[in-house]
Amino acid sequence: MKNLKHISLILIASLAMAMAPLSAAANAQSSEAAPVDVQEVVFGHLSDAYEWHITTWNGHHVSLYLPVIVKHHQGGWEIFSSKRFHESPDHTYKGFYVDHERKDKIYEQGYDNRPWDLSITRNVVQIWINIALMLLIFIPCARWYKKHQTTKEAPRGFVGAIEMLVMTIHDDVIKACIGEKHYKPYAPYLLTVFFFIFITNLVGLLPIFPGGSNITGNINITLLLALGTFLLVNLFGSKHYWKEILWPDVPMLIKFPIPLMPVVEIIGIFTKPFALMVRLFANMFGGHTIILSLTCLIFITFGISKQMGTSMTVVSFIMLIFMNCMELLVAFLQAYIFTMLSSIFIGLAHPEHEEAE
Amino acid sequence: MGNLPSILTPDFGLLFWMLLSFLVVFGLLAKFGFPAIVKAVEERKQYIDESLKSAREANEKLANIKAESEKLLKEARDQQATIIKEAMATREDIIRKAHDEAQAEGAKQLEEAKKQIEVEKENALRQIRAQVADLSIDIAERVVRQQLKGNAQQEQYIERILDEMSTSQS
Repeated sequence: MKNLKHISLILIASLAMAMAPLSAAANAQSSEAAPVDVQEVVFGHLSDAYEWHITTWNGHHVSLYLPVIVKHHQGGWEIFSSKRFHESPDHTYKGFYVDHERKDKIYEQGYDNRPWDLSITRNVVQIWINIALMLLIFIPCARWYKKHQTTKEAPRGFVGAIEMLVMTIHDDVIKACIGEKHYKPYAPYLLTVFFFIFITNLVGLLPIFPGGSNITGNINITLLLALGTFLLVNLFGSKHYWKEILWPDVPMLIKFPIPLMPVVEIIGIFTKPFALMVRLFANMFGGHTIILSLTCLIFITFGISKQMGTSMTVVSFIMLIFMNCMELLVAFLQAYIFTMLSSIFIGLAHPEHEEAE
Repeated sequence: MGNLPSILTPDFGLLFWMLLSFLVVFGLLAKFGFPAIVKAVEERKQYIDESLKSAREANEKLANIKAESEKLLKEARDQQATIIKEAMATREDIIRKAHDEAQAEGAKQLEEAKKQIEVEKENALRQIRAQVADLSIDIAERVVRQQLKGNAQQEQYIERILDEMSTSQS
């Protein structure tokens, strides 16, 4: 333990020393260049993009250019690589350009509103990578059970670990929150939701190429996930659930002349998934923002002075390790909470005593 | 809306691709992924539950069998004891009976011997009596014959015969 402490101290110190000359060069550059714009850096990293910027090497941007799919306002679809924007001198291609004033989205020249844009953006590619990862994890695991006799042996190693995780969510979250009678049809969806969020959160923590895109910290993604829960709750809710909303068991005074309780309940239908959407979004967005800001802090303080930069690097480094560990926890926790709350809402739409009546 | 960052504003393209991708992964995993895992685990769980139950039942059965065998053993032992006791009783009975029989036989034989002795005695007596009678007749005859010869001699003779008889008798 003591050794470990020494090693980590030496590591941090050597890192700080290594950073010093490197950032001295950056210092020389940045003293003339504009200071680090934290907001731009943070939102640049968190936002969607038409290309996947991997790194900058010797002043060259190394990026993965992704296909752009847009529709002209007059009609007719265009598919081209986003590299075309960089190749042309005025950064336009076939009348389309990326407007940096308006959130880096593609616009058509002469039109103020957005064209139909189905581009394969960085987030889309990241989602594909994530779902490929999910399929690579779960399909072989499921095949294991086909190849082996389930009553004769239990899986070990990776399949065993996945089984444990799947069964934890299945038994302790989905079955427990929805109830024995009704959980079955919802289980595959909720498991998919859990592992989608969990894997996406984890991959989002990777700072380098095949990961790192902020998916669950994008309101569009959480909106769709929350919408799924909303639809499941309200489309398959039992009669009893709707009776509880429209004619709850409360004193007549607060539901008849003015339908106070029904109004509150109807608002509740929408606030539940809305809370789901915002909770996941805000947690992931917040975590990414803190990590990116702490990283930016290193560059900002080097912009002020070398000594301060060096000392701040150590502080930032320790904080970053702490935040990343915390984000690992949050990655699981948010997926767990989202699945659990969805299960609870679905469970509320199927009161167990309904059969007794 | 204008000032919000793009991660907070709706983006149709992203929504579209996310929906499509999610539906695909959901469809694939709901068909080939999770149900297979869950089903297998639940089958195994059921199998384990059943195995435990049958093991418990077998244990109970075994305990029953043990108790039963002990009971049987005890019964056998009891039976053995009673049989031995009976055998001993029978043995004593037999010995006693044999003893009694032997005694009875002895008594009977004794009785018969006595009877025979009696008979023999009677026979002997009868013979003696006959002999006596014969003798008497003989004597009488001789006496009668002597009478014919003389009185004195006759008397003398009778005297002698009587002497003879008394000596033979004594």
